[in-house]
Amino acid sequence: MEKIIELSGLTKRYGTHIVVNHLDMSVGKGEIFGLLGPNGAGKSTTILMMMGLTEPDAGTVRVCGLDPVRRPIQVKRKVGYLPEDVGFYEDMTGMENLVYTARLNEIHADEAARRAGGLLENVGLREVKHKKTGKYSRGMRQRLGLADVLIKHPEVIILDEPTLGIDPAGVKEFLELIVKLSREDGITVLFSSHQLHQVQQVCDRVGIFVDGRLLAQGDIGSLAAQLFPDTHMTRKIGLDEIYYRYFQGGDDHE
Amino acid sequence: MKFITGIFREEMTMNNAHPNTRGKDRISTRPFWVMVQKEAADHARSWRFIILLGIVVLTCLGSLYTSLSNFTEALGKNDAENDFFFLNLFTLSDGTLPSFFVFVSFLGPLLGISLGFDAINSEQSKGTLSRIMAQPVPRDYVLNAKFMAGLIVVSIMFFTLSFLVIGTGLIVLGIPPTAEEFLRITIYTVLSIIYVSFWLNLSIFFSVRFRQPATAALAGIAVWLFFTVFYPLIVNLVLKGIEPSDFASPRAVYLYQKLKFALVQVMPGELFSEITSTLLMPSVRSIGPLTMEQLHGTIPGPLPPGQSLLLVWPQLTGLIALTLLCFALSYLSFMRREIRSR
Repeated sequence: MEKIIELSGLTKRYGTHIVVNHLDMSVGKGEIFGLLGPNGAGKSTTILMMMGLTEPDAGTVRVCGLDPVRRPIQVKRKVGYLPEDVGFYEDMTGMENLVYTARLNEIHADEAARRAGGLLENVGLREVKHKKTGKYSRGMRQRLGLADVLIKHPEVIILDEPTLGIDPAGVKEFLELIVKLSREDGITVLFSSHQLHQVQQVCDRVGIFVDGRLLAQGDIGSLAAQLFPDTHMTRKIGLDEIYYRYFQGGDDHE
Repeated sequence: MKFITGIFREEMTMNNAHPNTRGKDRISTRPFWVMVQKEAADHARSWRFIILLGIVVLTCLGSLYTSLSNFTEALGKNDAENDFFFLNLFTLSDGTLPSFFVFVSFLGPLLGISLGFDAINSEQSKGTLSRIMAQPVPRDYVLNAKFMAGLIVVSIMFFTLSFLVIGTGLIVLGIPPTAEEFLRITIYTVLSIIYVSFWLNLSIFFSVRFRQPATAALAGIAVWLFFTVFYPLIVNLVLKGIEPSDFASPRAVYLYQKLKFALVQVMPGELFSEITSTLLMPSVRSIGPLTMEQLHGTIPGPLPPGQSLLLVWPQLTGLIALTLLCFALSYLSFMRREIRSR
């Protein structure tokens, strides 16, 4: 499978604290990849390095074959990034915010308005598209964020904790939306979360991330084999077992 | 140095990365103007700007009124300035209210600081900065667009004000300004814009540096207060201590005067007031200490605009250098920083 995101030996330090430690990871084209880990495991930092928003101390990143440190603009042209707790210009409407993003991507104003209208419909914000985003709820902002990411027709979308703060029904809807978009347009999705069942629901492959290192990556079956070789798959190991075994005390890292 | 090579590297890779993707690598300036448009619109719609505009317009009306009501007196005087009576609109005052140009030099910093103090940090705290930085625009576009938008807004405001003053004068006095007066007023307006842009840049720098808009605003105001109130006090204290006696040699007195002049040249406000008074009063022939020798044989008379400008060229260069310094500092701390959400 063609690799869209490739990280090798990636390291990031803040002072003496190593946040990302010799990380090797790859995401194939069209995949939905889940980055699962407790808070403070270095997921966001890894994502920032993929976007060229912070520089790695060692190792290389390749996104769509490009190095985000040297060619951030080209990477950002192909990759949509939804930051954790995304914000919008609150005195502009949802529609205006989307059109603004589109125009920063050099999309002509008419085309931008057309795309924004279509996307707002897709994410279910048609009724509120002329409302100021300052009045949006958290879930609405998150869905607007997804539309914002998609407006440039990206090859890859990177979502950092996109389901945080949305109610369970909303989460389900949101995740279904991501899967639908990924399957329809062949978009590669990298999705970070600390919620096990969400990752389990939608992701083709999962990487388990603790203390800046990737403990294992693969689909759920192979993960169990990697982490517990002695069980020989004699009993079915669920992700939750893996999760709780490895993340015990994981919240201490916050 | 690392920073410079970093920028250079980015520049290089933008220009000639892969030969086959060269067309795509070119960075268009269109997003930049989209950003400028948005920022300028934000300024124009904000209450902050409307309030500032109100203050500036009111004070300028007040000073215009005092200068107009004293105009007959000024016209009666028979001196060199009489040739440039139109410029009196900007400089004349009866003592109750400061004149137009004093007001501008007082309110300019306030205007600059208030337009820039939340430029970057509010985007960061609203979580929009990381979203914008995930778009394919060079990072400096954000800084440049903020600055450019402020500059455009201030330029429109100042040119409107200056021309309104000219227009009012024209109606009330019935005498049109000469070409030279018009030129001087235009140059003065451009220089006031540069002065405000210095404060704008300084406050943008603080907005990059400090996470809280209130801190950034306070830092800007602190610098302003320092230079208008405390710095002259300190200079006075220092100068008092080294003042030469009445019997000192002329050389010592001259050096003392030179030092006195040099010490105040650090203040942006002083630079600006020297520039404006020279430009708006053609009879000002020198700034700083002069010896009797240098004055010997001079005929009092106004300077042509080119000469006035030449006279304040060092001050002008200094002001632009300070502006560029602030801009460079903002670049330095913004270009390679990590951009986290919120």
